[in-house]
Amino acid sequence: MLHPTRRQALEQEPGVAGYRPPAGGFDELLDEEGRVRPVWRHFVEGFAGLSEAELKRRTARGEQYLHDAGVFFRRQGAEGPGGRTWPFSPVPLILHEGEWRRLAGGLARRAGLLEAVMADLYGEGRLVAEGLLPAGPVAASPAWLRPLVGVRPASGHHLHFIAFDVARRPDGEWQVLRDRTESPAGAGTALETRLATQRVFQELFQESHVHRLAGFFRAFRDAMGALDRVGGGRVGMLTAGPGGANYFEHAYLARYLGFMLFEGEDIAIENGAATIRTVAGPRPVGVLWRRLRAGRADPLELDETSAVGVPGLVDALREGTLSAVNALGSGVLEDPALAPFLPQIAEAGGGPAAGSAEGWWAAAPEPGPRSTVPAWTSGALRSEPVTLRLFLARTPEGWQAMPGGYARLGGVSAEDPGAVADIWAVSDEPVPIDTMTARPSDTYRRPLPGTLPSRAADNLFWLGRYVERAEAAIRLLRALHLRLAETGSRDNPLQASLCDYLRDLPLDPEENVPQGLLRTLDSALVCASRVHDRFSIDGWTALRNLNEAAEEMARTARPGDDTARIMTALLHRLAGLSGLVHENMYRFTGWRFLILGRELERASGMASALAHFADPAAPEGALDLAMEIGDCTMTYQRRYSLGTHRNTVVDLMVFDAMNPRSILFLLERMRSLIALLPGAEMHGVMSPLARAALRAHAAIAVETPETVDKAALAALGERLDGVSDLVSGAYLT
Amino acid sequence: MLYDIALSIRQHYDAPAAASRQTLRLLPPTLADEQHVVAAAVDVSPPPVERRDRRDFFANMATDLAFGGAHEEVVYSLAARVRREPGRASVPESPPVAALAEEIAAIRSLAPDAPHHFLAASPRLPEEPAFRDYARAALPAGAGAAEAVEAVGLALNRDMAFDAKATEVDTPALEAFRRRRGVCQDFTHAMIACLRTLGIPAGYVSGFLRTVPPPGRPRLQGADAMHAWVRAWCGQGAGWVEYDPTNACLAGDGHVAVARGRDYSDVAPVKGVLRSAGSQTSRHAVTMTPVGEELP
Repeated sequence: MLHPTRRQALEQEPGVAGYRPPAGGFDELLDEEGRVRPVWRHFVEGFAGLSEAELKRRTARGEQYLHDAGVFFRRQGAEGPGGRTWPFSPVPLILHEGEWRRLAGGLARRAGLLEAVMADLYGEGRLVAEGLLPAGPVAASPAWLRPLVGVRPASGHHLHFIAFDVARRPDGEWQVLRDRTESPAGAGTALETRLATQRVFQELFQESHVHRLAGFFRAFRDAMGALDRVGGGRVGMLTAGPGGANYFEHAYLARYLGFMLFEGEDIAIENGAATIRTVAGPRPVGVLWRRLRAGRADPLELDETSAVGVPGLVDALREGTLSAVNALGSGVLEDPALAPFLPQIAEAGGGPAAGSAEGWWAAAPEPGPRSTVPAWTSGALRSEPVTLRLFLARTPEGWQAMPGGYARLGGVSAEDPGAVADIWAVSDEPVPIDTMTARPSDTYRRPLPGTLPSRAADNLFWLGRYVERAEAAIRLLRALHLRLAETGSRDNPLQASLCDYLRDLPLDPEENVPQGLLRTLDSALVCASRVHDRFSIDGWTALRNLNEAAEEMARTARPGDDTARIMTALLHRLAGLSGLVHENMYRFTGWRFLILGRELERASGMASALAHFADPAAPEGALDLAMEIGDCTMTYQRRYSLGTHRNTVVDLMVFDAMNPRSILFLLERMRSLIALLPGAEMHGVMSPLARAALRAHAAIAVETPETVDKAALAALGERLDGVSDLVSGAYLT
Repeated sequence: MLYDIALSIRQHYDAPAAASRQTLRLLPPTLADEQHVVAAAVDVSPPPVERRDRRDFFANMATDLAFGGAHEEVVYSLAARVRREPGRASVPESPPVAALAEEIAAIRSLAPDAPHHFLAASPRLPEEPAFRDYARAALPAGAGAAEAVEAVGLALNRDMAFDAKATEVDTPALEAFRRRRGVCQDFTHAMIACLRTLGIPAGYVSGFLRTVPPPGRPRLQGADAMHAWVRAWCGQGAGWVEYDPTNACLAGDGHVAVARGRDYSDVAPVKGVLRSAGSQTSRHAVTMTPVGEELP
């Protein structure tokens, strides 16, 4: 029995002064006598030792981490269901590992029950035949997918990764509020919240014997890998793409788990088996962790209006060549019309009597009062009702629960989504420090090459092109505004010529930070967002910040010196981005496409700029301008200690093998990159792409500075367009 | 009655279609006491790279196809000889509409023929109050389930005009119903939606109609393309009753069934996903002729 009057005594407890849970409920922190529960004692002591200012500083640190993570995981404007829309509460919900094991054990039994129900709904149909489940609600559920009836999952099981929303009743017993069997979101949120909380309570976390999360994820990753029947060893994650809910969590988890992130168009079904469309041709895939509603997974047999699925996916499941996790159709278990029948199904299967205390895990979800936990907001501890999101993964040893998850504090309505807090399962003894990296006992598996999906390659290639295009535009705009600052007018032949050139790109020279530049930067960002799992995290952050800065500056820029300085600042940010990408990105096929895009764009831009500004008819000062936008002024001054002369400028910018921006240097780089792409040479025969690159290279190599005229440069531009088309044709479509 | 059925569907793509997958539901099945298939085959041109036949959930014959290279046109041709048994001569005895719910609840089965599948909303037929109001108005007081089926069918046949230009294959059922115009698909969808609001399980049948009627009988609407009609469950005793709302008649020996489902999405004759930039056009041609009779 609860003693609300005694609860008042807890004000004396140091560290939790003023914390007043409501009378009559179950509080996680304080027992009925108002004493701190033993499992919280260490945390409360540490917490009490921190001043309010220190707590605020530390919470800000955790929030900064989440913000930075959010910058990476969520594009601006793409908040919605995938965005973090609730605040972070740094005080974790603490459970003793014994209590957590009891809870996890109950949930594992419920998972087993759900698996059995699903196997029956898609198999024999005995539950309906025996009257344990009415046929009507099953038939009426849009998530019961008829094409999957009779399809036995290749793995032998339907459910592999599920979640539960759980709360504690006033009597201290747990209850399940929702089964999440379709494709539960939030595992990434759990990881993020853990990392943020660790930043707030670094020492306390270290001392508290908190069970680590990595072991759970590693077990799930290995179990997924073991489902593979086609031998590729690849685990794919099927997402609805950047337009879908939770895309950024998908990219985050794919990266964390080492899974490949696919969209529907990356996968084709051939002869009853799933293959990935990669730059090296089709490659088999045997396991898909689907992160979209099952109905959308196959427009041919399921929801015909789905634009994000894989036509024929059900066929591969029927053939048993592919494992989908969870099996398609698992959403039927979330149907609220079915849940009331779970207790009697459990009882008929030999479980505890329906309604008995030990059968809490099989009970139908029922809303009721929830237990309360301390939330630390605006400098004080407040008590909030709590719901736990807990995750379970199937492993060869059975269901394994994540020793954590996250807690939702406060209301659960759409208007008040509540705050999120970490969940600590703490041991009395030190816990093993676990990470995702393989243990020494694990067999070493080298990731298989050649699995870059064509869609990812396409986005990397264009990312390279757009970033380079933006850089060229910024250099041109800076050149214009530097001259404007000097002369104060656009009315001289050189500036007029430069404005003509800009208009062709098209960049409106009347705009200080032209819309054309902002569009190019945004295109780069869109490409980067679609290769989230492959692009450097810091690179993404830098690109996003660059976009924001450019948009911000566009609002205030004034012509002349101000805009010139803005362009210099943007150029420095771009250089930072390039540095991050080139220092940190793994030198593999994806990187090659990125660099190929950059070199191609740069060579093409250089050819067109020289055609315009190194033309004998160009106005005075055009040669200096050409070198300025080609970033060659310094080199030129060192090499040729005389005034600018057309042939020496062309020599430096077209032929100089030591100049990394010379056209010949870029063409050579492109050739060597292309030679390393899949299928560049077959039985000693060059691919059409390799030949086109050689032709472009040779056509310039045989020229001299005297003979490289406007026509030769225009011809090079056309050849480079041809190379780009061949890249698309050979790898990207 | 023994029939020869010939169907050709010609699909033309403005831009050559790249790799694609299709599922055909064109082959009539043998159905006990209703129809017996003597022979039936579907020919596909150009030849697909993959082709497999299977039965779908509702026991329809489904043919899965995959095409490899680019093509501008595909032709699907069906040739079949089917013996059709005489249908019901009249509406059978059936329990009152209000008594159906209890009979349905007693059926502990999710077999393809179980009425449960045909009561709730389905992909192309979300619940719409407009159907409920219309169906209630058409329902005679104290009607048996089968009488209710006929009454709703007659009402729709009276109120909706057959107009091949009014709707497309993807026009929502409610829109066609609001306009009171459409083809057999629209009549059938409207009738199914109405019957479900009354608690009568109802589904979609695709099939063929005899092209030229027997002497002295009118030519039926919808004989120029694949046809559609309604299948409604009228209690354990009466079972399934098939009614053709486009022609206001019970499905009889002039109707040969191909596929059954909850609505068109379960039975579409050609269902496919292709990657193509352009639009596509499709032409159908059907004949269903009694064996031994010549086409005029």
